[in-house]
Amino acid sequence: MLNNATSLSRSGLRDWLIQRATAIILSAYFIFILVYLFRHPHLTYYEWHALFSNTWVKIFSVMALIAMVLHSWIGLWTISTDYFIARFQGSKAVYIRLAFQGFFALLLLIYLLFGVQILWGVSS
Amino acid sequence: MLSMNTKRPVNLDMLSIKLPLTAIASILHRISGFILVFIIGFFLYLLDCSLQSESTFTLLVKQLNQGWIQSMIWLFLSAFIYHFCAGIKHLLMDMGYGESKTSGRIAAGFCLLISVVISILLGVWMVC
Repeated sequence: MLNNATSLSRSGLRDWLIQRATAIILSAYFIFILVYLFRHPHLTYYEWHALFSNTWVKIFSVMALIAMVLHSWIGLWTISTDYFIARFQGSKAVYIRLAFQGFFALLLLIYLLFGVQILWGVSS
Repeated sequence: MLSMNTKRPVNLDMLSIKLPLTAIASILHRISGFILVFIIGFFLYLLDCSLQSESTFTLLVKQLNQGWIQSMIWLFLSAFIYHFCAGIKHLLMDMGYGESKTSGRIAAGFCLLISVVISILLGVWMVC
């Protein structure tokens, strides 16, 4: 059994539940944006800007952003702990796994901060 | 964990294992998710361009016609649709639907079929 120090909640059951809850938020957000784009085929900057300056849309967007980061982390963690294990890569496995996890932890942190900056920066 | 037999035989040659349809559906769920993680960074950049100012928005709208950006959008939507369908399948199975071997195979096939059809239609629609 692998050390689960890098898992999101250090509980398989809780990770499983977070993965489902974030999936529902992400689906709702994707459908919301898709419906909006279909209803505005000739979208202008002013309409688009007005959408993202709405406080509720900001909250929903940041919520989706956080959901995406958590959902991605659980998925990537699962991939790394399934494929980068001693049985496949021997004693090097732990280094490969940590490098993989470190890279994606950094990437997702950048996504989170960049995303918050974009969304919160839209003037109301 | 102590009671588990740790000396179980393990097939080391992954390529010698023939993947059933359900396994293909599962590995594609992972691959599509992995692709999405990368493309989301690009889409965050596009979102940034679209919201910065009217001039960056107009420039972005012009750039959207470029082939490689269209391909990225198609890849994103295709990966998303598959990931979405496979996710719905997971949620239904969590609720206890379609857990048998046969229904699992049908669900995996259905999931693959729907997303392939939507991806092709989407590609045709984007090109036309």
